[in-house]
Amino acid sequence: MEKTIAGKTITVNEEGYLTDFSQWDEKVGEALAAEANIPLSARHWEILKYLQNEQKNQVALSIRRIGKSGVTDIKEFYQLFPNAPLKTATKIAGIPKPASCI
Amino acid sequence: MSEHNGAIKKMMIILSKGTLENVYAAFVLANGARMEGIDAEIFFTFFGLEAVHKKKLEHLHVATVGNPAMHMPTMLGGLPGMEALASSMMKKEMEKVDMPDVHEFLDIMTASGVKLWACKLAMDMFHYKKEDLYDGVDDIITVGDFYNHSQGEGVHMLFV
Repeated sequence: MEKTIAGKTITVNEEGYLTDFSQWDEKVGEALAAEANIPLSARHWEILKYLQNEQKNQVALSIRRIGKSGVTDIKEFYQLFPNAPLKTATKIAGIPKPASCI
Repeated sequence: MSEHNGAIKKMMIILSKGTLENVYAAFVLANGARMEGIDAEIFFTFFGLEAVHKKKLEHLHVATVGNPAMHMPTMLGGLPGMEALASSMMKKEMEKVDMPDVHEFLDIMTASGVKLWACKLAMDMFHYKKEDLYDGVDDIITVGDFYNHSQGEGVHMLFV
């Protein structure tokens, strides 16, 4: 479905995840973060860029992998993105929701 | 149901068994809850305490006897070394699907905000002390304390 955000029309799935990453830019990211009530700091951006890069390299994302990323640790990840951090952070980053159980 | 549309807010998981498959079931459920933004607490009781006992948690086994899903004749499962063999095979498969070992899983859960409680009665029964337990265990509590932690809307309880 289509959605207008940050003055741009983007295509999202029924859970609100972008279906075409080329429609993502930092303004879209900021607007999606605002929807999740998360003001983005420099730390948030470092993690979002890391997630996008992992997605580009087709790495399956999981909480365990975040913990081993060297970019952040699990505790900080939960603090920065409270409430379902992996789901929220990937949505803001414009990448698909990870199908991970761990 | 009406006040919050049946949303699950917190999972209270009671782990009473020390076999690898049960421990992992409880851990995956607790960690999976946190990943969805749901609170989670685990109450370790009876043999479940082995999953947070420093000297035992790295030596948990799958049950090869009395477990029809192992597809192994019971007599064979009872042979010496069979549990260790089956457990090491299972651990290899778990690593392949990116499953952490028990210690790392406990680290992941505490970092994710899962509360870990040890059952006082079982601690007394096995003569375990607080210092025998994994450092991330929040406290040793009674069943009454556990029920107090379980109060509120949208709290679900699960016995493993």
